[in-house]
Amino acid sequence: MATLLPAVDYAGGTLAGEQVSLWRDGVRRLRRNKLALAAAIYLMVLALVCVVSLFWTPYKPNLVGTCPTYDLPSGAHPLGCDDLGRDSLSRLMVGSQVSLAVGLATAFIVLVIGVALGLVAGYFRGAVDALISLATNIFYGVPPLLVAVALYVLLGPSLINIIIAISATGWMDMARLARGQALSIREREFIEAARSGGARAGKIVFGHIMPNALGPIIVQATFVIPAAILTAAFLTFLGFGVPPPTADWGGMASEGLPSLQGGFDPYILLWPAVALSVTLLAFNFFGDGLRDAFDPRQKR
Amino acid sequence: MTAPVLQVKDLKTQFFTDDGVVQAVDGVSFDLYPGETLGIVGESGCGKSVTALSILRLIQRPGRIVAGQILFKGSDIVTLSEEEVREIRGKDIAMIFQDPLSSLNPVLKVGFQIEEAMQAHEKVSGKSALSRTIELLKQVRIPAAESRVNDYPFQFSGGMRQRAMIAMGLANTPSILIADEPTTALDVTVQAQILELLRDLNHDLNTSIMMITHNMGVVAGLCTRVLVMYAGRIVEQGPVEQIFKNPQHPYTWSLLRSIPRLDSDRHDRLLSIDGLPPDLIKPPAGCRFNPRCQFKIDRCRHDDPPLMDMGADQEAACWVTMRRALSHNGDQRA
Repeated sequence: MATLLPAVDYAGGTLAGEQVSLWRDGVRRLRRNKLALAAAIYLMVLALVCVVSLFWTPYKPNLVGTCPTYDLPSGAHPLGCDDLGRDSLSRLMVGSQVSLAVGLATAFIVLVIGVALGLVAGYFRGAVDALISLATNIFYGVPPLLVAVALYVLLGPSLINIIIAISATGWMDMARLARGQALSIREREFIEAARSGGARAGKIVFGHIMPNALGPIIVQATFVIPAAILTAAFLTFLGFGVPPPTADWGGMASEGLPSLQGGFDPYILLWPAVALSVTLLAFNFFGDGLRDAFDPRQKR
Repeated sequence: MTAPVLQVKDLKTQFFTDDGVVQAVDGVSFDLYPGETLGIVGESGCGKSVTALSILRLIQRPGRIVAGQILFKGSDIVTLSEEEVREIRGKDIAMIFQDPLSSLNPVLKVGFQIEEAMQAHEKVSGKSALSRTIELLKQVRIPAAESRVNDYPFQFSGGMRQRAMIAMGLANTPSILIADEPTTALDVTVQAQILELLRDLNHDLNTSIMMITHNMGVVAGLCTRVLVMYAGRIVEQGPVEQIFKNPQHPYTWSLLRSIPRLDSDRHDRLLSIDGLPPDLIKPPAGCRFNPRCQFKIDRCRHDDPPLMDMGADQEAACWVTMRRALSHNGDQRA
């Protein structure tokens, strides 16, 4: 799956195009996709903000009375202040931690569970596949809200609950994708060759099939992240997520709702909503770009 | 003669499909001796590859070995546990396949794949695995082996890929190497190199080679003994010179006549065998070759010939040639 770069003319004749690997080829095409590139830059900035906010924010994010309540944006408080007089910029920065943590943790768990189950089902087929597919279908019927509420009742509000709830109800797409990949890759000759060489089943599944399925799996993972962030924000908005006073975009939006309805300060709701939307958009654009870049049928 | 390294006895492998039971291998028996090069020839679908896969128990659903024994090192591969068979695969009996590009994992480095083949059977440290891999690549005559270990399969040429596959097969110095049409996907000059390599390895390492092919030329160039398979059965076997000089089964005779020859008249038509291989769900009654046979007699239609001794280490399953062979020998039993 390598592509030839255009041949190069030089004084002595024509140089054959350089052969490039699938990965380098994909990165090259990703770089040409302006939207995906912009999304990638935004996400890098977001990650930077997230890291900085661990050590420094303009004001203490949870300190009540940093500034007058409902203070509109100003030089000292660029994004204004919320209903308890906390600096909105500081809270917005800290809020990125929750979003990224939920997004990445969920993607990681979904990746581990979904890929493992899917590959195993696809490779072994038969009863194993029937069992895993049954579990997949059952979990499709479980809404994340239900799990989140159950965990909230059982364990009280926490970030971990949200991650568990979203992972538990979000691994199935990944499992189906991995199963489909395994079903097709297992029929390729190098798998038979590996078996004839005495490779163990685990080695074949995770050493031979998985590396060949990695492209679609990574692309799918980039779509899991924004979905998880959105669901997390939604759950927090409803009050089942991160307990206050921890800053979180969903929770901040929820806190900003009364002031918007009251008609005196739309910004409290606006900032977390914009941050959330732009972040989701960026992840989706980046995911789309990745998919296009690594889809061999879209060679240009 | 020494004891055989592998004995296949009355092997039957069948595929249970929706349309019926396909009798892909139907009562095949043969011995493989140490250091021998045994050719298995026949048309597509005659059961050559299924026989080879059965020996390593690599037959997958809906296929199954339904009867027979495969005796290797005192145990019957058919009845071993999955883990015991896995220990044999690659270590004692290795296999190389037809298309070297598709039988190498495209996303893993060639050297890594060879090291893996070693590590499937013994704990080898990374450093000694690497040096052994380089040694193996040199043994199969890959130039600049030290740097080539870090290449991906797509960076290798077709012939080099097959060499790498052979190196992988030899990683655990197996006593048997099963080569399933190893030269079919290669161009002619490369074919010759690969055959020469196999011949040398057979000579130097005393590895028994089971060469599965439909190419009589490959058999002539490499093998000492030949099995001819037709419709899941062995129809003739014997030393390679005998088979070529004096084929005793009409099918073998037809196969040999369908090889283009450099010394033949250009205006001669190349002969083909009329008809298609039979449906193995409902094989023809009597001799399985009888619908396509030009020499058939009445008996062939209902009576299935067993493999019969034709003299000179040769066996064939044919009523017609048996009668002739016996009358030649002045035997009165026929």
